[in-house]
Amino acid sequence: MGQITLKGVRKAFGDVEVIPPLDLHINEGEFVVFVGPSGCGKSTLLRLIAGLEDVSGGEIEIDGQPSTDLPPARRGLAMVFQSYALYPHMSVKKNIAFPLKMAKADQATIDRKVENAARILNLTDYLDRRPGQLSGGQRQRVAIGRAIVREPAAFLFDEPLSNLDAALRVNMRLEISELHQKLKTTMIYVTHDQVEAMTMADKIVVLQAGRIEQVGSPLELYRSPRNRFVAGFIGSPKMNFIGGEEAAKHGADTIGIRPEHIAISTSEGAWKGTVGVSEHLGSDTFLHVETDHGVINVRGDGEVSLHAGDAVFLTPDLNQLHKFDAEGLAI
Amino acid sequence: MARKVSTRRKAIMTAIAWVIAFLIFFPILWTIILSFKSEGDAIKSPLQVLTSHWSFESYFVVQERSDYFRHFWNSVVISLGSTLIALVIAIPAAWAMAFVPGKRTKDVLMWMLSTKMMPAVGVLVPIYLMFRDWGLLDTRIGLVAVLCLMNLPIVIWMLYTYFKEIPNDILEAARMDGATLSSEILYVLTPMAVPGIASTLLLNVILAWNEAFWTLNLTAAKAAPLTAFIAAYSSPEGLFYAKLSAASTLAIAPILILGWFSQKQLVRGLTFGAVK
Repeated sequence: MGQITLKGVRKAFGDVEVIPPLDLHINEGEFVVFVGPSGCGKSTLLRLIAGLEDVSGGEIEIDGQPSTDLPPARRGLAMVFQSYALYPHMSVKKNIAFPLKMAKADQATIDRKVENAARILNLTDYLDRRPGQLSGGQRQRVAIGRAIVREPAAFLFDEPLSNLDAALRVNMRLEISELHQKLKTTMIYVTHDQVEAMTMADKIVVLQAGRIEQVGSPLELYRSPRNRFVAGFIGSPKMNFIGGEEAAKHGADTIGIRPEHIAISTSEGAWKGTVGVSEHLGSDTFLHVETDHGVINVRGDGEVSLHAGDAVFLTPDLNQLHKFDAEGLAI
Repeated sequence: MARKVSTRRKAIMTAIAWVIAFLIFFPILWTIILSFKSEGDAIKSPLQVLTSHWSFESYFVVQERSDYFRHFWNSVVISLGSTLIALVIAIPAAWAMAFVPGKRTKDVLMWMLSTKMMPAVGVLVPIYLMFRDWGLLDTRIGLVAVLCLMNLPIVIWMLYTYFKEIPNDILEAARMDGATLSSEILYVLTPMAVPGIASTLLLNVILAWNEAFWTLNLTAAKAAPLTAFIAAYSSPEGLFYAKLSAASTLAIAPILILGWFSQKQLVRGLTFGAVK
């Protein structure tokens, strides 16, 4: 259960085509993350799968069944919204029970499933509260609880952690990953945060302007980005891009090197530069070095004690160099 | 920086506000005072009116001559009935316009509102003739129908404004949770819009209660509500000030009390959507 196939799916709003024809296959039990910058169509794609938007063309199959024209409720999917979308007038218990009530489940089943979901999500003590009396993280858990009780073929998450503060986001990220391990259900997760994508996904789908730029495991995308866009989008801090003569030396239009693949020295190296801003994170230090090739970001360890104005030399690890042609495709 | 308001300025503004409020309330106050006077005293100069004898005489006469409770009951049935039916029609209509708007939704809304700009007397003759042919003259059903239709644009507009404030995500969540259209409206939309629906209900009960044009023109005796009850005491000849005042006081009292207790809800309803 939980295989989803998109065949030539496209979406247009009036004359504006937001998703050109697109093919994608999601395997059973996979944790797939759609990632891309704002407005790249990732949420629209999720809503097409959910059935909340009608496709303008193409077909959607869920577990081998044509589902393009099925209403959301009959696709067997559950969705968790960015805004949580809890029913404010119902208690936590009633919120979680709502899908079961709609499915006309008997009271004993409802009670059992709600209790089970509440236990998994640590919500047992809050069942009688209203959503307004819960914190952001608890609300998000209720939204997940509401999805769990449906025992869906797949969970759809639409930027579920965007409204949470940084610390809670890290916790919830872990909780969702643990939930995936526990339930082993297909999950499709939309985010603009590439850290979430890298840490949670089995498979990442990078989108730009409605097109799929690359599909692969987090490490595949990190190690072998197919083009400049993916190379720049995946990885934090971003990959450095250098063009001109330096790139030509390596037989490319542009070369890319990640900040962690550059050695920094005060005595010798390939590129000479001056330290601009340095950001000390404790475990790491991010240095912005001004060179003849522009500003290059370098990741050093936490002990680096360089300051603005210091002269330094940078040496890229040539084994980790990414080369791109004039179209931005990896060579 | 917040604007500074001196105490003196505040006092003056408060006094002006009280004076304006008193001026607005004065006709009602005077009606109530006159209702406790004899017909002879009621036409004296204002000062003499205030100092003259107080009595319940006019109230007894009014109840004796024309059955207050029958009119009261007609008012209740007509105002509540027309509002409830309007709500049943308006909730799905407002849902459709708020959540699945089409290209012409705004035009439809404006068109509905435009019907309120037309003077009612413009359609009096055709409606009167239809009512006569269908045997609806002087019936409560007829008045419920006509007041329901008259107030429907306002009800739809108010509900539309409330529904627009409800996040679409929540309705989509209900759809994902397997709710059919009717369960979505029944279990999710309506409970969330209860404050809005309540203030719409209140306002329309008040509008229907006070409606005089149709109630006077389409009723005679059987279905006559309190507006007709008051009108029966306005006469070009004779001394009827005290009795007219007593009738008016009796007619406005229920709605005044309802309005007093629900003023918070009403104000919230009327300013809803103005500020988030």
